[in-house]
Amino acid sequence: MTSPALDGIRTRSWRRTLLLIFALAGSIVVSLRFGAHPLSWADLLQVWSRSASASAVTDRATVISLLWEIRLPRVLAALAVGAGLSVAGASYQGLFRNSLVSPDILGASAGAALGAALGLLFSLSIAGIQGLAFSCGLGAVTLTYVLSRTVGGGHFTLRLVLTGMVVSSLFMAGVSVIKTLADPYSKLPAITFWLMGGLSSVTRADVALLAIPVIAGIAALLALRWPLNAMALGDEEARALGVPTGLVRLLVLVSATLVTSATVAVGGMIGWVGLMVPHVTRFWVGPNHRELLPVSALLGALFLLWADNLARWMFAVEFPLGVVTCACGVPVFLFMLRRSQRSWAA
Amino acid sequence: MMLEIDHLTCGYGRRPVLTGVDLAVNGGELVCLLGPNGSGKTALLKTLAGLLAPLGGQVRIDGRSLAEWPARERARLLAYVPQAHAPVFSFKVREVVVMGRTAQWPLWSGPTAHDWHAAEAALALVQMETFADRLYTEISGGERQMTMIARALAQEARFLALDEPASSLDFGNQARVLMTLRRLVKSGIGVLMATHHPEHALRCASRVAIMRDGRLQRAGPPDEIVTAASLEAVYRVPFVVAELSAGQPKPFRVCVPQLN
Repeated sequence: MTSPALDGIRTRSWRRTLLLIFALAGSIVVSLRFGAHPLSWADLLQVWSRSASASAVTDRATVISLLWEIRLPRVLAALAVGAGLSVAGASYQGLFRNSLVSPDILGASAGAALGAALGLLFSLSIAGIQGLAFSCGLGAVTLTYVLSRTVGGGHFTLRLVLTGMVVSSLFMAGVSVIKTLADPYSKLPAITFWLMGGLSSVTRADVALLAIPVIAGIAALLALRWPLNAMALGDEEARALGVPTGLVRLLVLVSATLVTSATVAVGGMIGWVGLMVPHVTRFWVGPNHRELLPVSALLGALFLLWADNLARWMFAVEFPLGVVTCACGVPVFLFMLRRSQRSWAA
Repeated sequence: MMLEIDHLTCGYGRRPVLTGVDLAVNGGELVCLLGPNGSGKTALLKTLAGLLAPLGGQVRIDGRSLAEWPARERARLLAYVPQAHAPVFSFKVREVVVMGRTAQWPLWSGPTAHDWHAAEAALALVQMETFADRLYTEISGGERQMTMIARALAQEARFLALDEPASSLDFGNQARVLMTLRRLVKSGIGVLMATHHPEHALRCASRVAIMRDGRLQRAGPPDEIVTAASLEAVYRVPFVVAELSAGQPKPFRVCVPQLN
């Protein structure tokens, strides 16, 4: 890019990214400091020094343990889940040319929920739960897509959204069956609390298992940013432009479902993020996936980090994260709906 | 390089709308498809662009069957301008045009400085450079059509398949599109254009193909094919084809349907 107009676009894009990175860095530090046991700056700074600080309130070993075992895994999980769900949602919306589509609507979350509930019922390891959540998430999205293709009548995107709702309710019915079968004293509370969404029990091992599929999925989706742009113009046009639409659709579905399923397996059903954050981002930076995807990732990470902070700090008892994202998402979404009529034109 | 349509049958699903089409388009030639609504012009162009699978016969580019060309290579050979376009997302005009270069970069990559320049040059060719930063959803139907043509030009393909490119354009834009196509044809590009304007065929085409009742009826030089009798047979209304010469260096014909 060498023309002044294109240079201007690139400069604005970098400014936005830097602004978000600084906001994210500041938010991470604040999130690490505050919680049930607040830490002072001196407490935090002594982690990097070799000896305990005289002005520190909490001893160095406790601070390290608190940060390393509880707060850092939770912060990292919030960042990964927020970024992952936002990028997955933005990619789904571009692929299906429909701003209504989100990982929840196509059934990936419900599928992953069924898989994870099954995993919890059979007391599988975290890796087993994630594997089952991913398989069922992919199965649900595939079922939605195949059914919407085979059931004729009406507009395809409308069929897709409706079929997604049907498949979601089918898989959620499966979750209800599992809850009925689960031990009411041990497994039912675990499944129920997990379904409400939350990061309170995230461990370092969870973060490692979450990070790999989320980073891999986001990297794949970022690599497909330009084919996604062409797909957002329409399937026929993308094919005429030389895009292997079948391959791109498969890669996007697998990558977005990989990300969604991994986040559901670790954080439970955290709604609205995948729908609202891409909307807000598209309103801010436009629909070009070259910028939409990375900015969605940063904004989604920032949003979920603060939603989790609110869940932790608002009341004496921790609130389910899914409730907080919903409470934030509904008004923002209604505001965006009113403001951005043009992106809903079709 | 030659685009050969050899006994082609095409249509939607398994239902053929056009059968037994034989036609060739050479580089540096503009062939116009004339025919009533539903005569299969769009189906033919979509089949050439690889959007519909042929139901019989074949299409060859440079002697090689269309089915053998991978999608990316085919897009470098043939660009398709659709009849109507319903955008969902508000891309900038510049971004829509640069997407015409998609086949020029690897799947996981994006446009280079050269691609952005090619997009700007294509916009300049159709005199749309001032629209580069406008939102595609907020320009008029005619301007969208010009953007689609600019995108096809940015594709730098050897053949263009245009489906009624002037259908929603005002007279000025129609003339600009036709002049642009003439320049492209002179540079060696082959153009196949469906149109409902017989005058466009008379002014620009090297050959005209008449389509009706699911068949290609006749093909030949415009002066021979575009007559009152043939237009009446195609559109099933009486036509007046008159020659105008006043104030013109070279006389030309106009076609007007009669209203009884």
